[in-house]
Amino acid sequence: MFRNIWTIAQRDFRSYFTSPIAYVVIGAFMSIVGFMFFFNLDHYVRQMAFSAMGNKGVSVTDGIVRPFYGNMNVILLFIAPMITMRLFSEEKKMHTIELLMTSPLTLTEIIVGKFCSAMLLVGVMLLVTSIYPIVLFSAFTPDYGPIVCSYVGTFLLAGCYMAVGLFLSSMTENQVVAAASTFGVGLMFWIISWAASAAGPFWSGLLTNLSLIGRFNNFGQGLLNSADIFFYLSYIFVGLFLTHRVMDSYRWR
Amino acid sequence: MISVSHLTKFYGPRKAIDDLSFEVQKGEIVGFLGPNGAGKSTTMKILTGFMPATDGKAVVAGHDVFEDPISVKRNVGYLPETPPVYTEMKVKDYLEFTGKLHQVPTTSLSKSVKNAIERTSLGDVQNRLIGNLSKGYRQRVGLAQALLHNPKVLILDEPTVGLDPKQIIEIRELIKSLGGDHTVILSSHILPEVTAICQRIIVLARGKIAAEDSLEGLTMRMKKGLIYSMEVKKPSSEGVDAIRKIPGISGVSSNGSKLLVEMTAGSRDVRDQVVEMAVNRGMGVLEFSPEKVSLEEIFLQLTTEENHSAAAHAGGM
Ligand SMILES: Nc1ncnc2c1ncn2[C@@H]1O[C@H](COP(=O)(O)OP(=O)(O)O)[C@@H](O)[C@H]1O
Ligand SMILES: [Mg+2]
Repeated sequence: MFRNIWTIAQRDFRSYFTSPIAYVVIGAFMSIVGFMFFFNLDHYVRQMAFSAMGNKGVSVTDGIVRPFYGNMNVILLFIAPMITMRLFSEEKKMHTIELLMTSPLTLTEIIVGKFCSAMLLVGVMLLVTSIYPIVLFSAFTPDYGPIVCSYVGTFLLAGCYMAVGLFLSSMTENQVVAAASTFGVGLMFWIISWAASAAGPFWSGLLTNLSLIGRFNNFGQGLLNSADIFFYLSYIFVGLFLTHRVMDSYRWR
Repeated sequence: MISVSHLTKFYGPRKAIDDLSFEVQKGEIVGFLGPNGAGKSTTMKILTGFMPATDGKAVVAGHDVFEDPISVKRNVGYLPETPPVYTEMKVKDYLEFTGKLHQVPTTSLSKSVKNAIERTSLGDVQNRLIGNLSKGYRQRVGLAQALLHNPKVLILDEPTVGLDPKQIIEIRELIKSLGGDHTVILSSHILPEVTAICQRIIVLARGKIAAEDSLEGLTMRMKKGLIYSMEVKKPSSEGVDAIRKIPGISGVSSNGSKLLVEMTAGSRDVRDQVVEMAVNRGMGVLEFSPEKVSLEEIFLQLTTEENHSAAAHAGGM
């Protein structure tokens, strides 16, 4: 079971690095995240200068950590399509799906394997971003709780994006269509999270609860809430389940 | 080893195969012969567990394809119509991956890969990217993938398409050598191909089994009961009776100016006597031609010219 999942995950993960995709994705992600970090840092240092003149200061967590991971989530949303677009589309187009589906692996193992390959790439990217908190620790004394929880939350949130992307990739044999639709859905999520913060108190509460990005707030504050974790995990589950349905019916066509 | 009964498959409203039943014994090499669209690929996809049938039952290597597909897949090596290769992988890495997919134990994996590379003569290109290989080499990589885990049953969909004549001969020899240890089903629309490799031939046409026999048997059937149609100017019952009496003629039916003449299977050729008799009795022969027997009709749609097909498919290596 795990061996089969690993067989798939390993191949797909390696294949990211045989095309420019992984390099473009990691490169774009790191440069935007880096820019965001120093922008936040600069902004914070200026605020510190103000507070030295008698205003009440903002914590490192509120001033840097939370906006930094908040921004990272939005960037991930826009990068997700590039990570997931080929996972099934390419297999269908190149007929290699026939190899996978006539091998003694269950469809679930294939889907979970592909999901893991995407999460592995996300994991690598998040690992590289850990240089920024290290920079923070060298200059300030931030709480480590919000940072650790932000990573947990970001990883889970990215999992939701990947599950959506995988699902949309299973629907078409055209990578561009898969990427564009994933991008469209991502955009919708983002807009919902805006609407959530702009709407009145009732709607705001509801939308925040339903919105992927809204659900991240607690993680950013250093709170690991089982309801939030459950929300993300069920989201991922539904995405993978729908992928299973699509791929299963693909055989019937 | 393979047992199929009443297998039917619809694609939407379209019937691709219709109530197929056949058996394949252990160690046999059986050919599916039929023109394009006959349902060869569809049948194979069902036997590999890739695709469920609409109706019917198929048992491969002792396991029901619909109830226990994983066990079937474990015992089957499959070469689809399009070789299922990852163009961004190297030949050897790809074969290692497919070995892992088929759960070849880690300890024997590199040996299995090496063996498959040898049998399909891929040694020279084993470290090249599959994307840079010609169609012929990709086809062989696909074949290596099917053999690698030493499956009981091999299902090969048009295995020599895209190969040049020399490679075709090599691959045929390879497939022949697989018989005995492995049970092999291969499909082809090229008549000489199946006659060169297979012990038994199943002729498919429009989703149905048109004939199922050994090569000799099929040839016999082709000759058996040859029917000719003859159009005459002035049909007369007296003339028809005279033709009927020619030795080697098993029956004559007349329908206006059109006569159907049936010749006894395996008898000497009496076509000339038939025409002569008709002319002598003053019926005036306008046309004399073989009436289409269904099998013959199918065979006409097949590619029978070996060189022609090889030349058409040979993409340079
Ligand atoms: N995916 C599909 N959807 C609809 N019709 C199909 C599909 N695949 C094959 N067919 C139809 O089913 C029939 C049998 O096709 P196939 O099994 O590919 O024949 P063969 O391999 O003998 O050429 C053909 O009429 C073909 O058009
Ligand atoms: Mg076919």
